[in-house]
Amino acid sequence: MKNRIAFLILIAIICSGTFISCTKDLSQKPTNGLTADEVYSTPLGYKLAFAKVYGSFALTGNSGPGSGDIQGIDAGTSDFFRLYWYAQEFPTDEAVISWGDAGIQDFHNMNWSSNNQFLTGLYYRSMYQITLANDFIRHASDDNLSSHGITGNDAETIKTFKAEARFLRAYQYSVLMDLFGNPPFATDSLQIGEIPKQIDRKDLFNYIESELKAIEPDLKAPRTNEYGRADQAADWALLARIYLNAEVYTGTPRYKDAVTYSKKVIDAGYSLVPDYSWLMRADNNLNTDEFILTINYDGIHTQGYGGTTFLTHAPVGGSMVPAKFGISGGWAGARTTKNLPNLFPDYTGDKDSRAEFFTEGQNIDINDITVFTDGFAVAKYKNITRSGANGSSLDFSDIDMPIFRLPEMYLTYAEATLRGGDGDAGLALEYVNKIRERAYGDNSGDISASDLTLDFILDERGRELYWEGYRRTDLIRYGKFTSGTYVWPWKGGVKSGTGTQDYHKIYPLPVKDVSANPNLVQNPGY
Amino acid sequence: MRKSISKMSKQISVLIFFILAAFGADAQNAITGKVTDSRTGNAIPGVTVSVAGSNTATATDVNGNFSITAQPTSTLIFTSASYIQQEVAINNQTSINVSMVISTEKLGEVIVIGYGTTQKKDLTGSVSQINSKDFQTGQISSPEQLIAGKVPGVSIISGGGAPGSATTIRIRGGASLSASNDPLIVIDGIALDNIKANDGRPSIAGSANALSLINPNDIESFSILKDASATAIYGSRASNGVIIITTKKGRLGSKPVVDFNTTFSVAKIIKDVDVLSTSQFRQFVDANGNDGFKKLLGDASTDWQKEIYQTALPTDNNISVSGGYKKMPYRFSLGYLNQEGILKTDRLKRYSVGINASPRFFDDHLKVDINVKSSIENARFANQGAIGTAVNFDPTKPVRSGNSAFNGYWEWTDPATATGLVQLAPKNPVGLLMDRHDISEVRRSVGNALIDYKVHFLPDLHAFVNLGYDVANGSGTIIVDPNAAQAYLRSPDAKHSGINNRYLQKRNNRTLEAYLNYTKNFEGGSKVEAVGGYGYYDFQTTNFNYPDFTFDRTIITSPNNAFDVPRYVLLSYFGRLDLSLKDRFFLTGSIRTDGSSRFASGKQWGVFPAGAFSWNIKNEGFLQNSKVISALKLRLGYGETGQQSGIGYYDTYTFYNLSSSTSMYQLGDTFYNMQAPSGSFPNRTWEQTATYNAGLDYGFADNRINGSVDVYYKKTTNLLNNIDQSAGSNFSNQIVANVGNMENRGIEVSLNLQPVRNGKVVWDLNLNGTYMENKITQLDPIFNPNKPGNPYYGISGGTGNTILINTVGLPQGSFYVYKQVYDANGKPIDNLFADLNRDGVINEKDLYQYKNVNPAYLFGASTNVRVDKFNVGFVLRASIDNYVYNNTFSGSGTARNIMNPIGYLNNGSTNLLESGVSGTGDKYFLSDYYIQNASFLRMDNAYVSYSVGKVFKNAANLTINANVQNVFIVTKYQGLDPEISSGVDNNFYPRPRTYSLGLNLRF
Repeated sequence: MKNRIAFLILIAIICSGTFISCTKDLSQKPTNGLTADEVYSTPLGYKLAFAKVYGSFALTGNSGPGSGDIQGIDAGTSDFFRLYWYAQEFPTDEAVISWGDAGIQDFHNMNWSSNNQFLTGLYYRSMYQITLANDFIRHASDDNLSSHGITGNDAETIKTFKAEARFLRAYQYSVLMDLFGNPPFATDSLQIGEIPKQIDRKDLFNYIESELKAIEPDLKAPRTNEYGRADQAADWALLARIYLNAEVYTGTPRYKDAVTYSKKVIDAGYSLVPDYSWLMRADNNLNTDEFILTINYDGIHTQGYGGTTFLTHAPVGGSMVPAKFGISGGWAGARTTKNLPNLFPDYTGDKDSRAEFFTEGQNIDINDITVFTDGFAVAKYKNITRSGANGSSLDFSDIDMPIFRLPEMYLTYAEATLRGGDGDAGLALEYVNKIRERAYGDNSGDISASDLTLDFILDERGRELYWEGYRRTDLIRYGKFTSGTYVWPWKGGVKSGTGTQDYHKIYPLPVKDVSANPNLVQNPGY
Repeated sequence: MRKSISKMSKQISVLIFFILAAFGADAQNAITGKVTDSRTGNAIPGVTVSVAGSNTATATDVNGNFSITAQPTSTLIFTSASYIQQEVAINNQTSINVSMVISTEKLGEVIVIGYGTTQKKDLTGSVSQINSKDFQTGQISSPEQLIAGKVPGVSIISGGGAPGSATTIRIRGGASLSASNDPLIVIDGIALDNIKANDGRPSIAGSANALSLINPNDIESFSILKDASATAIYGSRASNGVIIITTKKGRLGSKPVVDFNTTFSVAKIIKDVDVLSTSQFRQFVDANGNDGFKKLLGDASTDWQKEIYQTALPTDNNISVSGGYKKMPYRFSLGYLNQEGILKTDRLKRYSVGINASPRFFDDHLKVDINVKSSIENARFANQGAIGTAVNFDPTKPVRSGNSAFNGYWEWTDPATATGLVQLAPKNPVGLLMDRHDISEVRRSVGNALIDYKVHFLPDLHAFVNLGYDVANGSGTIIVDPNAAQAYLRSPDAKHSGINNRYLQKRNNRTLEAYLNYTKNFEGGSKVEAVGGYGYYDFQTTNFNYPDFTFDRTIITSPNNAFDVPRYVLLSYFGRLDLSLKDRFFLTGSIRTDGSSRFASGKQWGVFPAGAFSWNIKNEGFLQNSKVISALKLRLGYGETGQQSGIGYYDTYTFYNLSSSTSMYQLGDTFYNMQAPSGSFPNRTWEQTATYNAGLDYGFADNRINGSVDVYYKKTTNLLNNIDQSAGSNFSNQIVANVGNMENRGIEVSLNLQPVRNGKVVWDLNLNGTYMENKITQLDPIFNPNKPGNPYYGISGGTGNTILINTVGLPQGSFYVYKQVYDANGKPIDNLFADLNRDGVINEKDLYQYKNVNPAYLFGASTNVRVDKFNVGFVLRASIDNYVYNNTFSGSGTARNIMNPIGYLNNGSTNLLESGVSGTGDKYFLSDYYIQNASFLRMDNAYVSYSVGKVFKNAANLTINANVQNVFIVTKYQGLDPEISSGVDNNFYPRPRTYSLGLNLRF
């Protein structure tokens, strides 16, 4: 009997003990994850979260080159600049690709759809960086800082971070405005879980402009911030860029403002580095005289298959020797149509050193886009240093990607002046010739005032800025993107090139978001 | 350990010898008699007659006569495969005649259900039970393979021919999209964690299939609970059905019985992928290649697929001792499996121990069932990348280069690259196998103690406490030789080679259940049974993270965290009430409420009710005396079940994670780790499936014809579905939310026949058939006619190409493809596809949904013919209307694959000669030309066994058997094997044909 009672008591203890202890086991927390409160409790925590807002520019994910923040797309293809480059270069005369990735040929053929995985990836990538910026901005409010006991210099530093987060958000909205026209509009006042409304392209332009002006006093003076971080010059450069294209976005020209803001950047103390070939090299972080803002990559610490790793590997194939590009092997993909090399006086770069083409074994004409040897290869990006040494890795590039550099401002000043922006025509000519003198090594390439026409500037932008992600926007501004007046091989899927419909000037909103967000109306034509 | 087990088995055989010797000397009175069939009165030969509590046994002769010696107070036990076992007390008689009842009258059979057992006649739900005598035979390394093709509505597809490869089990199709579709598996009362982890990898590191750690030889029965009225007692984890595995136990009062099984097998590849012969290959390159490619041709002639496969010789040995020691039934078993794979270097060894004991205390008021199953698995995993590479490798190249570079294997070399190898070119398949040592050791133990206390003052009431554990330790090393091409100079600076990595994972799952059972029998066949209880389930894994090292231990990447402990907890309250009225009406009602830590507070609890009714029409007056109808029962059931498996543990809230050492961002001169917020969905909750089931159990002509028919309809709501998020509203653009509905319906028929039944010959035939239909009825919060659905399943070829799609109005797993245009001869026109939306361009909008990966019909047929001491039989299985995307054709059967633009040659599928596909463009991968009908009929196994009878001076019974597995397959499918659960045929490990010889010795 004693045994029996003891046994019953034992059962009772087991049962009641577990009942009490177990209910609280229903809340579990990851071993290595932190809550927002834990992250944003120290100045260092703010900086690490701030690093993600910037880092999502360069990196595809948080745990190495195979990881992705964006789902539904191959991780290696999901970084910002690679996708942006696809959207800006492949539909133009500057680039074709030999690969069979789903939807990749649709760019050059101009028959993309709202299901295109690269457009979807780019759109979600831009919105992701905006969402991260919104999160950071919320946590960097004065109330939050004081509630975590962060004051004084630390609070001032975080205030600058916050202004830069707003800059990055404005930058990504400028990308969305340019590519997609009317994206969803999420700011820091929208809470996570709330579905954003759509914004009209004109309203978005006004928002970006007002943001960039509002944050100007909180940003560091030009060339005084840490490398890789935005300052007032970046702010002005972005304003100059959107003003130059304002007529496309809003119907109202803003060339005067483009002149004003490009001039502010030019006068902020920048100068050209002496050699054009130094621009896209493994140690181009030394080019701070010319670069206004860069996306930073590193072969050891910032690894991914996008950005400049893509730009160093994808153009190498055929009889090109990978070792000369500082890589272990090429991906035999991207080349150019004949229109780009034909902008130069010759293909060799002997006269104009910017003509960095690889022509041996390559046909200038393209019979088959999927054959690497059809079309000249472009040798602009090399993962080797000025002195010829390899970068830190043969698989991942060290080259930083300048998203604003001085020549764009020179050319913006010149073009806006020609378009009635009240600039100084003499200064415009001087700026253009500065670019050409570096390219030619002397003044043999200088042009005269009568040569400086709008068409010349478009061609000069091609020669100076090719393969840096400008071409689609430039062609649209010049009315040459979809029209039949200017064609290139395989434009619109036809070998000799053909005009396409105007609705292609804006990309479709991805069908995935149109299904997830009832506030969105698809762009016309799609 | 390996040593100690073989030592142990030696000791046991010595022990057995002495036990035998001791009992063999015992001799008593002679008893004779005759065994007859209860219905026909015919003699039954071959019935085993044994003396309870001893090892004495004999068998009846052709005339049903037997003679045995036993003590006058003993009991005789009569057993036969086809008849119900009988026990007869001798009571000083010297002549005993017995009439036995054929066991196809299984309505009295005990069926294992959730938290108890029931008799088949009382069943209200759709439950199929397969006992060990009906299992598949031959070389079987993982338990689930025992019942393939045996149960209607259940599909069991192995992942391929690798030893212990993972299996896909589906009961009545899948009820979910993004959550798990795997059934719940319960072994001796312990519900196992899902057999697969979230991302589809095995849930125990180092083991391809966690179930393979259970020795199939220890299993007595599988009970498959298919409808919700049967499964709802398991509530939250039961939406995909429940498989209850019961292991073999000892028998009360029985003397020790030793059972020894050994199987020796020969496994051979049946066929490999059809690729161009060396001369065809040469001709193709000569005819189509430019000079650059022609120069790449070599002089050798190598059949690469021959080079990587081998004939494997698996062996499997098992020994068990079972019996009853005083009032304690026990069983102890040892197993040793040594299975080579047909892919060279593949090997699996498993040492297993099983222990059951059921001691009783306090005048049988307290019974404790203890079950422990432990095993150690040592595996070497072959580099399966070699399978696809061998299909593609240039046949004009030799295996050996003749020089020492890359360990002497011929490789594509290029002096211009840092590694000296052609970037992205395939590596020598033989080198891939031989230079990689991927070795694991997994230890797993599953066990429980079920304490059953019959309350002293109320014997109808039992109190149960079930304490269980499932622990595992999976560890391994991956070493790749520094000279091997597959990891040559792989460090970022191209200075360090090879791999020298390890992994370690520990798992610790705990179960605690406490419940009460009250059973009261009334006169006239009425009964009340009530069960009520509580359960606590804790699932905890510890993953240790190690750096990625080169062979010389240079770090390539380091983990951020030394370890990670993912954990989730379930809490449950459950109850069931069963009523039987006069053996005619049966009512069951059950309810379970579950709380899961995977959901946010406020969303954690789900309630899962079920009810069922059955009417045993045979027991009604108008049928009671029917000679034609021997059984008839109608069953109706409804129930709701839940699902929370297969989704993230923590993503109901946002957490921040620090980035790795290769994902840092430079600000100024410093690289910073980044704190990234995770996507979250706080409103996520239980997915719910409601099931309606109607069934009819029938029997005619003394049950020589019997079986059942079940019709079901399942509706899943609040689907756990990975859906697109509105951009800007979440940190993840896709997250698992409760959006969508899906329906499953089907018919299942089983038919058991005994066409011949006489003294000499018994012929059993079991047939089953299933028709299944699945339809997605909602996928997004807002239906958008422009959105085709959710594409998934990346294929080999082109980045980002997916082949499958889930679309509203269609079954899950439709192919999403371009419509190929053909010429007059029926040959596909290269890169020409139909402009289905007629907008003048061919883009993603021209993809269409075509066919489906899942079959509409499944059939199984088993037969066994017993003639005297021989048993002969086979198992057939068929699947109709399932389609497969032939990724081997699309990936290798193109001119561009043969002559790769990067500058090397590949071999390719002979399909190339038929299709003429060039391989340029980005659409041909998704051509419907590559979707092929993969319906099939397969003979899983055929066997013959011979019962030798007494050997070793009557001390033992010997049975020998011979078996062939994977005997033949009939299909129109043009690839290697049509049975691919994913529906995408690529890099498939061929299923071998296995010939086995087995021997069973029973003392």
